[in-house]
Amino acid sequence: MADVCLRHIPSNASCTIREVRAEGELGHRIRELGLIPGARLSIVGRAPLRDPVAIRVRDYTLTLRNSEADYIFVDLIDDHTIEADRD
Amino acid sequence: MTNVLVGLAGNPNSGKSTLFNALTGARQRVGNFPGVTVARHEGAVSRRDEIINLVDLPGIYSLSAFSEEEVVARRFIMDEKPHLLVDIADATALERSLYLWVQLRELGLRTVLVVNMMDELHRAGRLLDCDQLAKLLGVPVVPTVARKEKGLTQLLDAVVQAAQAAPPPPLVLSYGPELDRMIEELARKIERTDFLTAFYPARLAAIKYLEEDGPILAQGRREHPQLSAEIEEQARQYSLRCRSAFGESAASLITDYRYGFISSILGRGVLSMDAHIRRLNLTDAVDLALTHWLIGPVVMLMVLYATFWLTISLGNAPMGWIESLFGLLGDLGREYVPAGLLQSLLVSGVIDGVGAVLGFVPLIALMFLAVSFLEDSGYMARMAYMLDRLFRMFGLHGYSIMPFIVSGGIGGGCAVPGVMAARNLRSPREKIATVLTAPFMSCGAKMPVFTLLAAAFFPGYVTEALFWITLASWGFVFIAAKLLRTTIIAGPSTPFLMELPPYRLPTCKGLLLHAWERVWQYVRKAGTLILAVSILLWAAMTYPGLPEQRRQHYDHASQTVRERQDLSAEDQTAELAALDAGRAEEAIRYSLAGRIGRALEPISLLAGFDWRTDIALVGGLAAKEVIVSTLGTAYSLGDIDLENSGMLAQRLAQSPEFTKITAVSLILFSMLYAPCFVTVIAIGREIGIRWALFSVVFNTSFAYLAAVLFYQTATALISMA
Repeated sequence: MADVCLRHIPSNASCTIREVRAEGELGHRIRELGLIPGARLSIVGRAPLRDPVAIRVRDYTLTLRNSEADYIFVDLIDDHTIEADRD
Repeated sequence: MTNVLVGLAGNPNSGKSTLFNALTGARQRVGNFPGVTVARHEGAVSRRDEIINLVDLPGIYSLSAFSEEEVVARRFIMDEKPHLLVDIADATALERSLYLWVQLRELGLRTVLVVNMMDELHRAGRLLDCDQLAKLLGVPVVPTVARKEKGLTQLLDAVVQAAQAAPPPPLVLSYGPELDRMIEELARKIERTDFLTAFYPARLAAIKYLEEDGPILAQGRREHPQLSAEIEEQARQYSLRCRSAFGESAASLITDYRYGFISSILGRGVLSMDAHIRRLNLTDAVDLALTHWLIGPVVMLMVLYATFWLTISLGNAPMGWIESLFGLLGDLGREYVPAGLLQSLLVSGVIDGVGAVLGFVPLIALMFLAVSFLEDSGYMARMAYMLDRLFRMFGLHGYSIMPFIVSGGIGGGCAVPGVMAARNLRSPREKIATVLTAPFMSCGAKMPVFTLLAAAFFPGYVTEALFWITLASWGFVFIAAKLLRTTIIAGPSTPFLMELPPYRLPTCKGLLLHAWERVWQYVRKAGTLILAVSILLWAAMTYPGLPEQRRQHYDHASQTVRERQDLSAEDQTAELAALDAGRAEEAIRYSLAGRIGRALEPISLLAGFDWRTDIALVGGLAAKEVIVSTLGTAYSLGDIDLENSGMLAQRLAQSPEFTKITAVSLILFSMLYAPCFVTVIAIGREIGIRWALFSVVFNTSFAYLAAVLFYQTATALISMA
């Protein structure tokens, strides 16, 4: 349960947002789209050049650039927890 | 009958336009919101003795007023004071959709909540209790499937009913004990000083000050500068306190609590999973392939090529019809209007000018059908996603791909619909860079120019030459974009969080309405401004006419040829044609355009162009294909058929002042210099008249620089060798 940046989360992994460190317009935008502390997200995939990243959050798919993902810090949820959730 | 003004608000991709089209059909008017290029669609529907005037607002995720779309929506709500807002939520992404609704209700607006795409929700195996949702939110909730026109009458009934009912009190959320206390204190001060209370309830104003909401802060500064400064300062202090206590600014906390409120509502038996259905998400499965690192780009290239090929091959026939129609009109003009200036004006100025412009209509219509299809189906967002990294290196955006392709990125497009396609780009700086560079692409009108020069100087390698020219234009687009984005439109790339909407089949109605709207805008322009410019360019190439003495000389010479008995009929015709061509050359040399060309010669010689080429390039400002026909006139070959320029190619290859180096230099210049005037007008529409004028100056300077640099370097290298 390390505090990691969204950029470093591998594809298909799930995590919970711990903190959004962006300020101003970008910070506002990120939050208004539902990326707020406590929100759960999973990495859907990455573009062919590894940037942007596509994430699944609040039942929709959002893409953000790595430079924007750098402001989002998350807690990884390990696979067991996900499995437990599904049951 | 009473009139009710209703705004249609909702997230992008929520089916808002589909709903609007379903409600209003073809009875809609398209205009612009004041001062911006955001299109405004309006339409009236009558229901139960009420006339509902619907205004389709741009798709937005929130009312925070950062983007042009949000500013437009805010201004509509504040200035036009709609009786009520219909807020369309995407049933499959209800949590995010409701964020906008919360903001609307906090402003105290009457709302009817539409939950659209109920069918998709059911297919995903989920259930939504609309009655429960309505009870918890305290507003009418109408489930719809806009693309199947389901739920429309229920919606209209709900709108009529809500419009007649007493306005509900604004939604008051709790933002947690700490923040609530701050809001109260701020609200008390606002109430005491009677600050902005004529416009907003005190509590709402307090929240907006903590959120640092642009429009309300600006209004406060206008109304009462000193008080506004005090309140702003107090709000700042509170926000700092929030940050030290919770690690987040007040604005962030407010957003968090709004989402908390939404989650708590949806948790109370509103949304549930249907235990029996658990289907694979089709979009995710398709995306595994379509955004795959290898398959994705390959499919994208195929899609782009197919789009391009379809539009061009389908568009060619109707384009030919329009050309023949105008050709016929021209013949009629020549037949029935007495020869002279009036005939020349009508035929060469009006009919040819407008015909050239209207000839693009089928192409534009098809391009827009294709672009709308890609956009509405959701594939456009995937292309932008895959290309964003590459384009961002040059200060562009993933969404720049469509304008470039349509403008001729694969060769043979048209910059007019290309520039218009940049409308999908929501980042202002990237949009300007895209619009300014898209005209570099090899549009269909430049192709004859390139073909002519390639055939003359690189015979046998025409196809290869065209390929490298197209590739080079991409290179120049990237160089110029980078140049622009590091100088006059420098600045960080706009934060752009882009949704990848589920794949959906677009509705026919939506596609047709969209294409029709764009085409109509273009045709209206052709009727007015473009006509005026055609006449102007015609005048520049006609006036001043040859002096009396020269005219007499030519008349006399023709007369002599006609009277000569020793010539066969064929030789006579040939002699006469040669005389006419010589006269045309002299006339264009003598005209204003010719004088400009000759005046430019000293400068243009640095790039290798003599006055003949200069005239052709001046003519090319009207439309690029004019370069070929004007070159023909300037080289006294008479009228040059675009399809059959072999003679001109031969003539060019033989003329001593024209070398391979000149040819390449000319190719470079005509690829890059000022967009044709129809494109300039389109640029003016999209990003403003000043940028349109800038594009003429910048592109021409850029082209000149490239041509001179090439010509001088190449000449120097050759003389050294």
